Amino acid sequence: MVQRIEMSSVSRRDILKFAGAGACTALATSLLPGLAMADAKLAAESIKKITGGKTPTMGKVTLELPQIAENGNTVPVGVDVDSPMTDADYVKTIHILADGNPLPEVAVFKFSPASGKAKAATRMRLAKTQNVIAVAEMGDGSVFMAKTEVKVTIGGCGG
Amino acid sequence: MAKVKARVKSPKSVKKGEVFQVKTLISHKMESGRRKNKKTGENIPRMIINSFACNYNGKEVFASDWHPAVSANPYMAFHVRAVDSGTLDFMWKDDSGKEYKKSAKIAVT
Amino acid sequence: MRKLYIASLLIGGMALGSTASQAEDKDWGAYKVGDKLSGYTYATKETRAIQDDDFENPAQIWVDQAEGNWSSVEGEAGKSCESCHNAASDSMKGVATRYPVLNKNKAAMVNVEQQINFCRTSQMKAKAWKWESAELLGMTAFVKLQSRGMPVNVKIDGPVTPYYEKGKAFYYERRGQLDMACKHCHEDNPGKYARANLLSQGQSNGFPTYRLKWQKIGSLHRRFRGCNKNIRAQPFAYGAPEYVNLELYLNSRGQGLPVETPSVRN
Repeated sequence: MVQRIEMSSVSRRDILKFAGAGACTALATSLLPGLAMADAKLAAESIKKITGGKTPTMGKVTLELPQIAENGNTVPVGVDVDSPMTDADYVKTIHILADGNPLPEVAVFKFSPASGKAKAATRMRLAKTQNVIAVAEMGDGSVFMAKTEVKVTIGGCGG
Repeated sequence: MAKVKARVKSPKSVKKGEVFQVKTLISHKMESGRRKNKKTGENIPRMIINSFACNYNGKEVFASDWHPAVSANPYMAFHVRAVDSGTLDFMWKDDSGKEYKKSAKIAVT
Repeated sequence: MRKLYIASLLIGGMALGSTASQAEDKDWGAYKVGDKLSGYTYATKETRAIQDDDFENPAQIWVDQAEGNWSSVEGEAGKSCESCHNAASDSMKGVATRYPVLNKNKAAMVNVEQQINFCRTSQMKAKAWKWESAELLGMTAFVKLQSRGMPVNVKIDGPVTPYYEKGKAFYYERRGQLDMACKHCHEDNPGKYARANLLSQGQSNGFPTYRLKWQKIGSLHRRFRGCNKNIRAQPFAYGAPEYVNLELYLNSRGQGLPVETPSVRN
């Protein structure tokens, strides 16, 4: 692959040096140390544990995430489940999982009918590009799920 | 920062039955336990806030468990349905068992 | 102007990609003054949203703490910031837009951090706060916040000229093993990617800033040190005259951009 690059005054030598120095690569690996090993299997196991073996139904759950995260250290995540939140029909918990992190669990939100809305937001760490999964357990025991891919840019020379 | 500081934003007054949003933020490094000290090469032990809860007039209305993947200076937004005037109590608890508390008054009209 | 066609770049691990055009196709309001673009315009909409809401901006935790420190008495003189300056919302309004300024005996430039510590040691007879401490970062951000939205307006003429010239020389001077100057990224290539990083104009109007990468608030000099380390140059100390002069020069490049402290950046 050849990319055409137009530059005004950095010499070719400079760029090659910059490229070869690996300064950026070193930075990238220090960004989230130890978070390099991913395992989607772990996430699948976690989901099984949450649902007690039941297969979650896709739908009902909306995940709010950036398509591309500027920095894996702080990725805003919102989740919303369509529910009247009454004693008869409410969302008990929502589990947030990241299937490319070494530990897939991110957070568990515990609601009650008094919450009024099954909607919450936080910020999370993502080690790399991966799927973010939300698993919602309803008061009646049914389980719903949503899954969204988030691209994470790592490898910055961002000082 | 050494001193842990929490911030809470909730409405001062709401109509009965209305669902309102609450936002919270707390200063914490959320040390994941997966980082190494660059100089000594030793693991930096995990030290995170692992749970958060909000009580409304003594009754839990929302709670959350946090893992090391929750970002530093954790932000948490959620909702509560207005029932009676009173107090919202917020509690954060870290791995050492230390608790951080904050509360806010709410008037329901 | 030279055009280079380099294939080996990608193999080498670095690519200066084409512009993200993020900075070009939107009405940026106050964040764009002439051809000056705040770092805000280079951030993703999610990052901008965190800055836009004072409650969601984690830097405000440090600002909150500083607001308390403003009136807390420390040191042998039994004074607080408030003892001399009363309400910060009045006395500090617009102050940060003018910094760095010449110090009292006209021997060096001082930035806001240094002025705060000068007040602490000379007026309050208290200990100076350490660079990058929660206290100094918070107070600097709190003081600058009082000028938020006001245009950066540093003086660079008269007795300040030599310091301005030094700062400018630093900006264009090649340094480090990569033999690069500030201008190679921030003047020649803003809007392009260096690997996965979108290069900005390197404007200083939002510092101290909450950086997602740092996961906390940090100073402009910390950013300088990071840049210098990236090009494999020996960084200067926090508050070194070289960095204060550079700060002056950068502020002059960003003249007219609104103070954005505390901003949120990648």
